[in-house]
Amino acid sequence: MKQKFEFKKVASLYIPLLLLLVFILFPFYWTFVTSIKSESELYGMVVTYWPKSLSLESYRKLFTTTVNFVDAMKNSLIVAFITTIVSLATSTAAAYAFSRYRFAGRKVLMCMFLSNNMFPTVLLLIPLYSIMRKMGLLYSPWALVLAYTTFTIPFSVWLLNGFLNDLPITLEEAALVDGCNRGSAFFRIILPILSPCLVATGVYIFMTSWNEYTFAVMFTNTSTRTIPVALKSLIGQLGVQWDLLTAGGIVTIIPVCIMFFFAQKRLVEGLTAGAVKG
Amino acid sequence: MGAVQTKGDLEMVKKKTIWPYLLVAPALLIILCVVFVPVVNAILMSFQSYDLRRPNDIQFIGLQNYINVFQDSLFWKALARTILWVVFGVGFQFLFGFIMALLLNKKFFARGAIRAVSLIPWVTPGVLIGLMWRWIYDGNNGVLNDILLRLHLIDTKIPFLAQINTAFPSVIVAIIWQGIPFFALMILAGLQGIPAELYEAADIDGACASQKLFSITIPSIKNTIYITALLRIIWVANSVDVIFNMTEGGPAYSTQTLSVYIFNKGNALDLGYASSMAIIMALLLSIVAIPYLVSTFKKEV
Repeated sequence: MKQKFEFKKVASLYIPLLLLLVFILFPFYWTFVTSIKSESELYGMVVTYWPKSLSLESYRKLFTTTVNFVDAMKNSLIVAFITTIVSLATSTAAAYAFSRYRFAGRKVLMCMFLSNNMFPTVLLLIPLYSIMRKMGLLYSPWALVLAYTTFTIPFSVWLLNGFLNDLPITLEEAALVDGCNRGSAFFRIILPILSPCLVATGVYIFMTSWNEYTFAVMFTNTSTRTIPVALKSLIGQLGVQWDLLTAGGIVTIIPVCIMFFFAQKRLVEGLTAGAVKG
Repeated sequence: MGAVQTKGDLEMVKKKTIWPYLLVAPALLIILCVVFVPVVNAILMSFQSYDLRRPNDIQFIGLQNYINVFQDSLFWKALARTILWVVFGVGFQFLFGFIMALLLNKKFFARGAIRAVSLIPWVTPGVLIGLMWRWIYDGNNGVLNDILLRLHLIDTKIPFLAQINTAFPSVIVAIIWQGIPFFALMILAGLQGIPAELYEAADIDGACASQKLFSITIPSIKNTIYITALLRIIWVANSVDVIFNMTEGGPAYSTQTLSVYIFNKGNALDLGYASSMAIIMALLLSIVAIPYLVSTFKKEV
């Protein structure tokens, strides 16, 4: 009886789960394995599933060739960092207002922020390109920071509003009774409790700015381009340099993965709350 | 959510004050500048011959761009392809996401870690997704060809992304791969909200697994599925980076969806024509976006 039960669990749980995980993880495995193969093995007659000899040559080449991958990393960091700070600061203030005050125009404004997530990227891309060009911002990091706030601010306002609504208002009441004003109640009481949520939101903003390509490819030039654009530029007239590309891919997702694992629990809670409640 | 605290709402919250407006102002100002001004700009540009390759020839031409769009066979093909892209892309994302959520909802060893790992495609840059799959599909050294050859499923290597009949299904597989985790995540949260008593009662009544699935599980998470699907449809329809980095819309435009077509036109600096297509696309997407806004907003405010 016990054995039959175990068999059922293997067939209905472990096997399908394993198949799905293989499908999900194989591209990463393949990218990693490619990046540590030697060039001759990579383009050899036989496809190998684990390198015969480990080689870190592609990583060395990535950071020393003309692609300027290090500069691209620096540009990506600057853009993602500024976007995160600007979006978090403005969104926290807006979300606090939506969560703690009832004021005329609140619903209209909230709806405006929510609807922003619905605009096609390409609809904003084209006029923003022409506006940035006229303002002389094209090819500066600010062009990307501004473009990224089009989706990071609405999203963060919505996410933080959800987090704030879950914090009992009685916390602030107590502080106000004790003689705090609203500002110091916010900084002394709310902000410390909210900080894990702010970190999760910040990680999300950072990741989306770090990963973004469509705006980046039009709004940057060779000296200001970000990692996704630099990755694509490895595909040249001489064909694709898969060793460099896969090494670049691994370098790109490692920081994202590390940040994501620290923030994922809270982030998932915030994301799913909106869709599940109600 | 907001309704929870109505009783606790204090006088200070209701009191007329300028504070909420000041707090919303910075975010609002940025959004007005980077979203609403550009949208108005796009509407204006769509009525102009606005081609940056011919900067001295920018002028109002009325509906000419729209007339040209409707006579453009590439537009109609891209539109039809976008519908297939969304139906198959989101459809299979949902199917596999649902299966995955059902699996992850069971108890087993290292569940938390596996759940976190399986979310990685969702945080992977679209460029990298396009490039990883492009390498897997490669016609010479690609691993997919090698696996199929070893299994004797094919006799000669297939250049998946270079053939008209295989390129589009191949890019759809990549977008499915990207979207499974998000669906799984949302549905899993929905599943965990179903009260266990419902299943206990069904067990007492002697219901079988499929009966429980169709009469308890699916009805309970209907709303989650609906909202997630609408959101995914919008995202997938708007997605440019995955296709662009696999095929750039080729071969022979066979993978060019509407957003890729608009992006290509924008890259070619034909901004007026691109804008008019973007406006048409935004209007078409509002069929999905408006129900999403309504259903999200009803709950949240």
